[in-house]
Amino acid sequence: MNLILKVWRQKNGQVKGRFETFEAKEVSPEMSFLEMIDLLNETLTQQGIEPIAFDSDCREGICGMCSFVLNGVPHGAQYQPGSAVCQLPMRHFKDGDVLTLEPWRAKAFPVVKDLVCDRSAFDRVIAAGGFVSVNTGGCPDANAIPVRKQDAERAMDAAQCIGCGACVAACKNASAMLFVAAKVSHLATLPQGQIEARERVLNMVGQMDAEGFGNCTNMYECQAVCPKEISVDFIAQMNREYLKAAR
Amino acid sequence: MSLNANIPSGPLAEKWDKHKFDLKLVNPANKRRFSMIVVGSGLAGASAAATLAELGYGVKCFCFQDSPRRAHSIAAQGGINAAKNYPNDGDSIQRLFYDTIKGGDFRSREANVYRLAQISNQIIDQCAAQGVPFAREYGGLLENRSFGGALVSRTFYARGQTGQQLLLGAYQALERQIGLKTVQMFPRTEMLDLVMVDGQTRGIVTRNLLTGRVESHAADAVVLATGGYGNAFYLSTNAIGCNATAIFRAYKKGAFFANPCYTQIHPTCIPVSGDHQSKLTLMSESLRNDGRVWVPKRKGDPRSPDQIPEADRDYYLERKYPTYGNLAPRDIASRAAKQVCDEGRGVGPGGRGVYLDFTEAIERLGKSGVCERYGNLFDMYQRITGEDPYQFPMRIYPAMHYTMGGLWVDYNLMSNLPGLYVIGEANFSDHGANRLGASALMQGLADGYFILPYTLSDALARAGQTKITTDHPEFKKAEKDVQNRLQKFLSIKGKRTVKSFHRELGTLLWENCGMSRNAAGLRKALARIPEIRAEFWRNVNVLGEKEELNQTLEKAGRVADFLEFGELLVQDALHRSESCGGHFREESQTDEGEAKRDDANFSYVAAWEHAGDGKPAVLHKEPLTFDAVQLAARSYK
Repeated sequence: MNLILKVWRQKNGQVKGRFETFEAKEVSPEMSFLEMIDLLNETLTQQGIEPIAFDSDCREGICGMCSFVLNGVPHGAQYQPGSAVCQLPMRHFKDGDVLTLEPWRAKAFPVVKDLVCDRSAFDRVIAAGGFVSVNTGGCPDANAIPVRKQDAERAMDAAQCIGCGACVAACKNASAMLFVAAKVSHLATLPQGQIEARERVLNMVGQMDAEGFGNCTNMYECQAVCPKEISVDFIAQMNREYLKAAR
Repeated sequence: MSLNANIPSGPLAEKWDKHKFDLKLVNPANKRRFSMIVVGSGLAGASAAATLAELGYGVKCFCFQDSPRRAHSIAAQGGINAAKNYPNDGDSIQRLFYDTIKGGDFRSREANVYRLAQISNQIIDQCAAQGVPFAREYGGLLENRSFGGALVSRTFYARGQTGQQLLLGAYQALERQIGLKTVQMFPRTEMLDLVMVDGQTRGIVTRNLLTGRVESHAADAVVLATGGYGNAFYLSTNAIGCNATAIFRAYKKGAFFANPCYTQIHPTCIPVSGDHQSKLTLMSESLRNDGRVWVPKRKGDPRSPDQIPEADRDYYLERKYPTYGNLAPRDIASRAAKQVCDEGRGVGPGGRGVYLDFTEAIERLGKSGVCERYGNLFDMYQRITGEDPYQFPMRIYPAMHYTMGGLWVDYNLMSNLPGLYVIGEANFSDHGANRLGASALMQGLADGYFILPYTLSDALARAGQTKITTDHPEFKKAEKDVQNRLQKFLSIKGKRTVKSFHRELGTLLWENCGMSRNAAGLRKALARIPEIRAEFWRNVNVLGEKEELNQTLEKAGRVADFLEFGELLVQDALHRSESCGGHFREESQTDEGEAKRDDANFSYVAAWEHAGDGKPAVLHKEPLTFDAVQLAARSYK
């Protein structure tokens, strides 16, 4: 099949960007979306046009590196919910489709080039408290800290966040609540995370605000596009943790 | 030059404790005066950087991704081994040690492997304390499962995302130190050269991938934790960015490269679907716990799998290896799959696939039971292939996965270059000629959390080295070399893309140095690689500029290194005319077609020294001696 791609091109963060139109030819349904762009980039290189810059690494939907908006929705979640764009196969599309590709749009995620943006704000939120303060060595036997199976499962539901930033990109407020809530809830659900629970939620929320992410207004767009389908219930859990801590 | 592995004396079980006592310590107040560079932020790099910073050293950590959380360790799915014996099924440090030595086909160092088994238990404690959400039993205790190559359940896991959770644990420990300003993190930064001053490793040269700035960083020690070189094969289960540049640049500065031909083919990947493919996707080996592997008995059987009755199926792993069955180790299972496909009994498009069937497991556990164990893997399979594995058996085929070879290191994880340490998949040390499942995560974390931080202090306490800065002429020279090389890529302006060269090299390596190898094929590859390389330097096309984000320029550098490294890999494979582990040499097999090792002639580590561009690498041998185990033919029957 042949497709029309309208792609956001921007040389760097200092200059204005614009859409450019390309034709992707001889796309087969077995290709992944990123392999389709790879193929287009090969053609562009042959024509002396600089290839489209986009982030990807594991291409298995787990590293969270890939990140662009496809026809208005992060990761193209309207075609295949619960998946990162690196795992979106071309069999969801048909000959002649017109597709628009844009980078994540959020003040806290400045555009670096084309479809690549800077998500280091997420790392700074984790550095502010998204951990259990345990130095290496001298830990008790792992079975000395029993964890209810239900709690371990719930912690895992939250912990599987891949930090891609789609939740921010989907939110009209560019809020990072789902990302921060996932980490706060993961650690707050386990006994290991109790000691620092108060400082953790205050520090992480404080850093989230300082980075310029917006607030949550319960639109649930984040949950709808999350490649790991992380539930907004965790935002409620984070809010409870925050209220407890801020009292 | 003789290679001294610095293995401590004394009984195997006491070596590490004795060694730890003999290692010199650095006064806590002096630690802050020492600086470290850690390149890579996966399980090994992040755990090492965090731990070194906790101890008080000044640490700079580098990764090419936008965040250390994206290191490829994150994609490891199945689990991590430890000799806890929680399931009470007869496991012990000795048994984990023995399984690992045997799994590696007796081509790894006894002392290293024993230490790995000892430390495995501490790793689980460490990670649990960090809040890694390991699977639990209803009573709140940790749950275990079994993995290929072992008859006990010693694998700890966090759903199908164990690597992710262990990496996030290490990443969070690292971010904590970054927040405390004891680690300076350099994301989107790639190491492009190693700097030696007066025979000591004193720093690295990097390129900031956003601005293109080439910079030098000086330190008292450099740690490479940059993962494996599987992407030399183009198609592999590795992330797109995985590369050999850091270790290969170190090799060119004098570090020995050990056993480059020891690569692992993983038996359970989703088969290749076409030429467009950029990578292969692994299905976790844990699937073989409940899935049964089979092909039709008859060649070219056109029926759909549910129409093929039991009598017409060949459960070939259960038939050939009754003791281990579907849990046979990776090299055995991979080779068996290749054999049945070579016989024309493969399934799916192109006939390069075998069935991994869960029908019986679904009958036994119910769909919900199977979903609980493997649900995310089933979903992933369905997304990629468009087929429902609850309805039809999965199709799998072996693929390039892990590299056991790497830079040579001694017992202290130091290379032959003083001050250069290599940890995790980037070194050669613990897996021999084949790695057992759930052992990569164990080794990465053992090296980073519990070995390197001890052994590194010893060298610092002993070396009264002078301080140097990046103004030193060696740094300036290395920076200039890096700049010239980058400029060269951009100036060629040829007709072929970087990717086309990578694919050509990878196909050549897979066909001639993949699951099975012979001298004629290896010689053919050795003749062809220099031709591809020559064309690359004459005809590659790299667009864009140096002083900006330029992904093609990044790839050009990595592929240029693969084009040299590939030759070293094939040279090593050619010289090792025995079969061992994942390296099946067709000239060396038993009457039954099993791999035949040659202990009399090849019981050594092959460590290659760079002898200058255009000259063949020089072979050094570290003999392997076995005191605690008897060398035996590996049998999984």
